[in-house]
Amino acid sequence: MGGAPVMALEARGIRAALGGAQVLHGISLRLPRARWTSVVGPNGAGKSTLLKVLARLLPHEGEVLLLGHPVDSLPGRLRARQLAWMGQGEAGGDDLTVWDVAMLGRLPHQTWLAAASAADAQAVERALRATQAWEWRARSLGQLSGGERQRVLLARALAVEAQVLLMDEPLANLDPPHQADWLQLVRGLVAQGRTVVSVLHEVSMALHSDDLVVMAEGCVRHHGASTDPATHAALLDVFDHRIGIHALAGQWVALPAGPALERNL
Amino acid sequence: MMARQRSGSQQHRATLVGLVLLVLSALLLVLAMGVGSTGFESVRQAWADPVAQQIVWDIRAPRSLGAWFAGALLGLAGAVAQGLFRNPLADPYLLGSASGASLGVAVALAVAGSMPFATEWLLRLGLTSAAFAGAVASVLLTLTLAQGVQHTLRLLLAGVVVGVVLGALGQLVMMLRPEVMLAMQAFLLGTTSFVGWSACLLMAGVWLVCAVATWALGHVLDGLSLGEATASSLGLPLPQVRGVLVAALALATGTAVAQTGLIAFVGLAAPHLVRSVVKTTHRYLIVLSSLMGAVLLLASDLLARWLIAPQELPVGVLTAVLGGGYLLWLMHRRSSPRGGL
Repeated sequence: MGGAPVMALEARGIRAALGGAQVLHGISLRLPRARWTSVVGPNGAGKSTLLKVLARLLPHEGEVLLLGHPVDSLPGRLRARQLAWMGQGEAGGDDLTVWDVAMLGRLPHQTWLAAASAADAQAVERALRATQAWEWRARSLGQLSGGERQRVLLARALAVEAQVLLMDEPLANLDPPHQADWLQLVRGLVAQGRTVVSVLHEVSMALHSDDLVVMAEGCVRHHGASTDPATHAALLDVFDHRIGIHALAGQWVALPAGPALERNL
Repeated sequence: MMARQRSGSQQHRATLVGLVLLVLSALLLVLAMGVGSTGFESVRQAWADPVAQQIVWDIRAPRSLGAWFAGALLGLAGAVAQGLFRNPLADPYLLGSASGASLGVAVALAVAGSMPFATEWLLRLGLTSAAFAGAVASVLLTLTLAQGVQHTLRLLLAGVVVGVVLGALGQLVMMLRPEVMLAMQAFLLGTTSFVGWSACLLMAGVWLVCAVATWALGHVLDGLSLGEATASSLGLPLPQVRGVLVAALALATGTAVAQTGLIAFVGLAAPHLVRSVVKTTHRYLIVLSSLMGAVLLLASDLLARWLIAPQELPVGVLTAVLGGGYLLWLMHRRSSPRGGL
């Protein structure tokens, strides 16, 4: 196989349909390890669908490799230990305590009927502390606000302690300080050698990631470093030049390019 | 050390609720030995008087224990159904499985009536397997009609439709074979008065099997509560687990229905009552719901035997009235601040 580095995730010729309509049209993608990649694009571009296919949650054509192995050939529990997934707006679980919800992330590590081990408890504690949800561990999920709930669900995904972490709109309902915490958390994970793939609708947040996958109409239009001008050009293109990308205070930010604004300037 | 603290208060509460339910069960069982036309007199004389002994040992004891086990089976089935279908209204009765089971029993009775060699045990097993088959078939039918479990309203409507249609088929069987009418009558009203030791043993065995199976699979229901995608991302073998849980649900419902007839709302009310006092994982929820169902049905049975003594009410009528009221109250409470059953 040569000396090529093993990709965290590799997709080859992915086609997928939702409710009869073709959503992904032959996507091929190589996501390197120890990087944070964000998938961006307009509504209906197929971002969430792609993430679900990568997590093996949707039937599809084509092949997905996880850390070099065809994901279909991996036993379910092994795959679940290597790849954690966090969905968009997961509802339910209102009657479970925060601790119990985070402990669900340890299921792939537990054998049937075995009680949670000390290692499981430590992983859950680390995850809950990382998202500042530790204080609520005895409360039930139904008693939390949307943002608090999101942090618990994030802890649930972190508790898996997987090499690859897929997150669909992880910033939903989070206030700006906790969005900043999330950025720090992801950077920490990547520094440990883990791979993070997130779907973000907020382009400014996505511009913080290492790499961007720019999608439109079920195809990948561009895949490159988020600081690369070519990536910015692709972004402007898929958003019909309705946004502008500017350097501000040492960061790249995306701002709406509304006609009213242009007139005033 | 830290790990012990976790959701400790809820864990303790769950244990406490379990203990309270067990103590209540024991008290009710003792009380049940004395409820009947001859009252506690029979219990006092049971050691000396063979007739009194027969009343207590052969009639009151198996029927009271039977009520306990039937309630335990229904409470377990209700908790499993609500977790499995992620729907707080899922209940063996509302999913149509109870009417499917009763149709199975009607058919079995009609067939067994023409068999001269049917022994007590054979009849029990035959009725139970017929009820099981009817319960499985009707749950599958309801799920097919509802196209899955996501839509509460569709699920409910499908359950009602299946219930009505299978109920009508049961009536048809009764019309064609009038000799089963009397047995079916008692059955449709729901009563514990025909429960003997064989029925008791059968229910105890099935309860044990279902309790072990659902304990082993409880964590899958926890995973499912965050949605199907999350559950499968955790590597849980959903199709297989679903199959086992539907089977356990149908077996529990079928067994209870075959021994005691149609007893409504116990399966629906028990998990709600448990959840209103303690938030816990499905493993504990199922066990506690089972105990709660047992206490509910035993208490209702006592009430049914005592209310218009020396006559008695069919317990199914009583649970229907009490449970219906509880459901209405639940709807009223849910619809005000937080919405959405």
